[in-house]
Amino acid sequence: MGFILISLIILIGIASYFLGNLRAKNLRTSNQKNLKSLSHYYGYYVALWAVVPALLILLMITSFKSFFIEQYVLSDFIALGSYTETELSLLFTQIENTALGIKLFDENTILINGAVNKLNYINKTSENLTYVTVLGLSGLLVLYSLFNINNKLNSRKIVEKFLLVLYFTCSLVAIMTTVGIIFSLLYETLRFFSQVPITDFLFGLNWSPQRVFVREAGDLDTRDLANAFGAVPLFAGTFLIALIAMCVSVPVGLLTAIYMSEYASPKVRDWAKPIIEILAGIPTVVYGFFAALTVAPLVRDIGQGAGLTVSSESALAAGFVMGIMIIPFISSLSDDVIKSVPQSLREGSYAMGATKRETIVKVLLPAALPGIVGSFLLAVSRAIGETMIVVMAAGLNAKLTANPLDAATTITTQIVVILIGDQEFDSPKTQSAFALGLTLFVVTLALNFIALQVVKKYTERYD
Amino acid sequence: MTDRIEQRINSLNKRLNSEKRFRIYCIGAMSFALAWVLILFLNIFSSGYSAFYRTVIQVDVPFLNLIEDTTQFSEMSSEDINNLSMYSFSKKAIYGLFPDIEEKKDKKMLIRLFSIEFEQEIREFLKSNKSNINETETIYLTASDDVDQVNKGNYPRDLDEDKRRIKDIQLLFFDDLVDRGLVSYEFNLPFLMRGDSREPELAGVGGSIVGSLFTILVVLILSFPIGIFAAIYLEEFAPKNRVTDFIEININNLAAVPSIVFGLLGLGIILNTFGLPRSTPLVGGIVLSLMTLPTIIIATRASLRAVPPSIREGALAVGATKMQAVMHHVVPVAMPGALTGTIIGLAQALGETAPLLLIGMVAFVVDVPQTPLDASASLPVQVYLWSESAERGYVEKTSATIMMLLGFLILMNLAAVLIRRKFETKW
Amino acid sequence: MKSIKIKADNLNVYYGEKQALFDVSMYMEEKQVTALIGPSGCGKSTFIRCLNRMNDVIDICKVQGKIEIDGNDIYAPDMQVEQLRERVGMVFQKPNPFPKSIFENVAYGPRIHGIAEHKSDLEEIVVTSLKKAALFDEVKDRLYDAGTGLSGGQQQRLCIARAISVNPDIILMDEPCSALDPIATARIEELMGDLKTEYTIIIVTHSMQQAARVSSRTGFFHLGKLVEVDKTETIFSNPSDQRTQDYITGRFG
Ligand SMILES: Nc1ncnc2c1ncn2[C@@H]1O[C@H](COP(=O)(O)OP(=O)(O)OP(=O)(O)O)[C@@H](O)[C@H]1O
Ligand SMILES: [Mg+2]
Repeated sequence: MGFILISLIILIGIASYFLGNLRAKNLRTSNQKNLKSLSHYYGYYVALWAVVPALLILLMITSFKSFFIEQYVLSDFIALGSYTETELSLLFTQIENTALGIKLFDENTILINGAVNKLNYINKTSENLTYVTVLGLSGLLVLYSLFNINNKLNSRKIVEKFLLVLYFTCSLVAIMTTVGIIFSLLYETLRFFSQVPITDFLFGLNWSPQRVFVREAGDLDTRDLANAFGAVPLFAGTFLIALIAMCVSVPVGLLTAIYMSEYASPKVRDWAKPIIEILAGIPTVVYGFFAALTVAPLVRDIGQGAGLTVSSESALAAGFVMGIMIIPFISSLSDDVIKSVPQSLREGSYAMGATKRETIVKVLLPAALPGIVGSFLLAVSRAIGETMIVVMAAGLNAKLTANPLDAATTITTQIVVILIGDQEFDSPKTQSAFALGLTLFVVTLALNFIALQVVKKYTERYD
Repeated sequence: MTDRIEQRINSLNKRLNSEKRFRIYCIGAMSFALAWVLILFLNIFSSGYSAFYRTVIQVDVPFLNLIEDTTQFSEMSSEDINNLSMYSFSKKAIYGLFPDIEEKKDKKMLIRLFSIEFEQEIREFLKSNKSNINETETIYLTASDDVDQVNKGNYPRDLDEDKRRIKDIQLLFFDDLVDRGLVSYEFNLPFLMRGDSREPELAGVGGSIVGSLFTILVVLILSFPIGIFAAIYLEEFAPKNRVTDFIEININNLAAVPSIVFGLLGLGIILNTFGLPRSTPLVGGIVLSLMTLPTIIIATRASLRAVPPSIREGALAVGATKMQAVMHHVVPVAMPGALTGTIIGLAQALGETAPLLLIGMVAFVVDVPQTPLDASASLPVQVYLWSESAERGYVEKTSATIMMLLGFLILMNLAAVLIRRKFETKW
Repeated sequence: MKSIKIKADNLNVYYGEKQALFDVSMYMEEKQVTALIGPSGCGKSTFIRCLNRMNDVIDICKVQGKIEIDGNDIYAPDMQVEQLRERVGMVFQKPNPFPKSIFENVAYGPRIHGIAEHKSDLEEIVVTSLKKAALFDEVKDRLYDAGTGLSGGQQQRLCIARAISVNPDIILMDEPCSALDPIATARIEELMGDLKTEYTIIIVTHSMQQAARVSSRTGFFHLGKLVEVDKTETIFSNPSDQRTQDYITGRFG
């Protein structure tokens, strides 16, 4: 339905553009007076009146329709007063299915049949009603705006004002996204902390939300809750894997950056840099697959060959592969930063008889340090927020360990484990995922903020 | 005195040696990084290319056993053919490969050389050739996953029998069929066309390709206009005030928020508050749009900024309004940059998995989706789903899916590079 | 006659396709100040940077011809640039102290060349170098503050201190005063007078007065060619080439 209606509105819009344009031209010839704007602006003016309010009304109708339909269909049941909110919404789904021809009920037939009929009726009427309202409104406004056109009307101003408002609204989407993220995370997190003390979450050593799942959500034992949501093992696992990743990516990334900026000929750089940046463009799910199927077994075999017990989902494998993914984040940014150290410092050092290595290690790196540290911080934030590699290659069970050969789990892994597939809402288990998400959001944001600040300080220094 | 000189020469040699060593470390690090690009691609390619062909086994089907006169098929509607009971007939056709075997167990083993849809395949053959069916027709039936993998050499034959999925007797049958020239390969078109399946030999990426396309389409429709409008506002019209600063901070921060947080946003707000349908490309597209918007806005702003002020001033000087100057002169020049940014953003969105897991785009979907409102998977999610499966056949299919995903990504990035090359304006 | 320290023979320098120096031959005397003057872009910097092979840093730069210091060819294959530059220090047009403390700036050279064995040796070198550069009194209380925090003139003297910290034979100065005000310039000129008792100094300058004040010999470059080189008094009072005459009387450049 929506598609046809929107197409119709757009057609009306196009038609009204020509109408407005035509009317403006006629006005000009009949009055022998100049218009305030070029004629096609009158076309846009009419078209805007035709399309924008109609689309807004349509949006409003579609967002509130389902609520009113539900109220209307269930009115008899609501009147009975014996149903709770959740039961009512369940009932509504069942009625909807019955209307589609799926048999679900064998009792309550009169009320149900009534409701099904009501549903069919209202569905049809509401559709017709929507068409009439939206198209009617559109048509009326076209007429109104056509009559509005006269020599004094400055349609260009109005059209430009509209565009400006539209642009501004679009730029607000970024704020709305942030607000949406914070709201959705905070809302569930606060409900979570009303059941599980925040201290238990932040300092507890035992993470086993599946235990809560076993029982009925109604009669949770508070002692049980306290023991199930200690996130320290997740923090530790996240930290361990990020640390391993950094151990791989920092030396490789930094040395690569040094090679690119100080040693490589322009030709080598032109080739090597984009190729290394491919590593950042490969979807993380690919790394996850690679880690789980190739690297993890390899690590295990090598470890066992050396007589060590290695988990088949070792933190080492996940961290190593993550480290490879992160290399370009460090190498590219560090490369830029090292390159932007003024040439005069290089010359000053060479003029003292320093070798390249001495110049790099003793002059360039210290001078570029803030920028390089900034790139490390961005990489850490990347590693902490990375999801697919750890979901596929790291462990699922939370165990407090510092051994890279053991399985470790991370914040992101647990969010996915909890929320993948069907969730029961209102359970502390589900809410705990949002609390983890909030933690992740805050930590990465802070890291990022510091990193940008550090890099900014650095660029100011050499501007 | 000579002592001192000798000492200085020693120290210089040491310094030159450590210079050499340092250079080698640097080259080593870069080669390490480059090598992993190669290793990743080789690894994926070598395990994935075999999914693009499949094993089929040639079977003679005596249609005369189903009906007295095979010309009668031409008068049947598809409905009629669907109603024909063909199961035991199809099985008998397969037994015809080895007329000598008697034991029920062996017969069962023989049937298991084929995909479970053998009856359906014969029926489809009948439907599409019903007007000229001979008494006996040769039909290529899909081999089961186990046979397919053995045939491709992906599966070790020399394990103990109870450790492998394919049994000795089946291997005997198989080898005999190979000797008789009845086993062959064909291009695996169904893999590209079909939806997911619990049987590896029947599973395809068609569903997830379409799912990905729908998702990307939604992202394009939403994020391209919004991103460009927002960039135009911020770069050209926004007054220097707190609101503008706040918007900019937001955009920069959003660019760094882990993708899974956008998944939580999708779950908490778009699914649970606005009640949009789970598992659909529509919701996936909305979530990914929010994620890619910062990329597009930042790229577009950069290319708007690169347009020299003289262009704006030129337009303003002939009496254009600010809006006209921007829309007629600045935006067209900045468009290639904006397009490049959008394509790169879309490529990011195409490879993204984590947020889609949270909004339920991990459902097992057999049907190829018809609209963005049908439940579906996407290419990266398909990779995740199949990589969790134990059957050997899914490994090559996962790698092949990755190959297609990487193929799309390479194409998109190539397009971005070409656009940049072609329209790059030097001032 | 003073002994000859540096001798350039038929020097040709190219940046890629473009030739920047044509057949330059000249010598410089030991423990004297030699000035190089000439209009902008004529190749003075290019020439002076050949003397400590700083042009090696520029990929496209190619040097032909011969430069001898104390009779040794500095472009010979067995010559180590690190060693060469230890003997031939350089001060640049814009002060370029490292973003480190004053002490570390001066200690850098002795450290990398392993000249000082003990911390006390190092301190002594730093203090003498700063004293020789006439900076010590101004910074003695803040040796561990950032070198970039000094004034322009102080920074330039810090760079001079840094250059002499490894006890070179020769100091190259490429327009060392062009970024400084007259007072700071005067101090540096004064300093040069002191330094020439110990070091051979080559200075590139745009100020003819400066060349006249500090140098004993002066070379005039024009369009990549060394037009004339002679005693400073001769160049400024009685040049033999018309172009030199035009330049010093301010008719072009
Ligand atoms: N790195 C370089 N790459 C290419 N050409 C260069 C480079 N450095 C200098 N040149 C060219 O070599 C010529 C001589 O330059 P040089 O810097 O030696 O002049 P200069 O006499 O020092 O001028 P100024 O008094 O302005 O410093 C100039 O034409 C210049 O364009
Ligand atoms: Mg110069």
